[in-house]
Amino acid sequence: MFEITLGHYLILAATIFTIGVVGIFLNRKNIIVILMSIELILLAVNINLVSFSIYLNDLTGQIFALFILTVAAAEAAIGLAIIVIYYRNSGTIRVQEIDKLKG
Amino acid sequence: MIIHSIFFYIFSIIAIFSAIMVTVSRNTVHSVFFLILDFITISCLFIMIGAEFIGMIMLIVYVGAVAVLFLFVVMMLNVSQQKNEWLSGEKNSNHIPIGLLIGGVIFFELIIVVGGWKYKPELLKTFSSIGIDLSTTNTHEIGKVLYTDYIHLFQLSGMILLVAMIGAIVLTFRRREGIKRQSYFKQISRERNEGVELAEPKNNEGVKIDV
Repeated sequence: MFEITLGHYLILAATIFTIGVVGIFLNRKNIIVILMSIELILLAVNINLVSFSIYLNDLTGQIFALFILTVAAAEAAIGLAIIVIYYRNSGTIRVQEIDKLKG
Repeated sequence: MIIHSIFFYIFSIIAIFSAIMVTVSRNTVHSVFFLILDFITISCLFIMIGAEFIGMIMLIVYVGAVAVLFLFVVMMLNVSQQKNEWLSGEKNSNHIPIGLLIGGVIFFELIIVVGGWKYKPELLKTFSSIGIDLSTTNTHEIGKVLYTDYIHLFQLSGMILLVAMIGAIVLTFRRREGIKRQSYFKQISRERNEGVELAEPKNNEGVKIDV
């Protein structure tokens, strides 16, 4: 209980990951919150990588956490640019009204 | 040690609470604020277990750039129409129980994997690991590895950032109609006889200009 092990960090990461996935599933209105849920999922992956790196005494995990940070920043920039241009073209970003593809 | 564990529990509770609030908050601006709180808490955890460089970079990149970008877009778009209302959605839609069920199953599976997972001791010995040298700082260690062993991946991530930057600019670039602009080609290719006319005015008479 009072000895913080690798398992504690893994359970924390699993919880945040699940919250992010459920946030994507349940969201019907707001596409920006979906992007934020994706950021939460990437954050959980980062927690996993860094805690494994510390507890297994291997620096590679922290390097890869750095690369995930890069990809997350790029993804957020592109996603928000797509949202802005969609809002400019159609005037709404509600998830239910984005049905141009008729999927 | 007990202080460490108390801090861990405090930070994890704040992180999980703010992660839940990101997804259920009705106002999108509040969601962004809770996202910032989540990032700061997780970076505190990283600093606590000895990955200071990643923690600080997370503060700079996530809080300083990504969250502010989110806040900027949320404030730029119409805030009043983007309430987050999945709790009070349509009555006859069954996506909420199914989504919660699938989320619970995912969480259950992850917990099972974490709980039942053990390293094989001989696997640990055969790792070609880059050990963490505790005599120098974390930043020094990462710098020694990142610019030598992982230089190609490092440059590749730079290319990813470049592509993202150009993509964002190309996507949001808009040429407006009805705005007067400079035409450099026309300006430079003007001849002398189109622009200047030599007039010889007589004394006490004005000059008549033909346009």
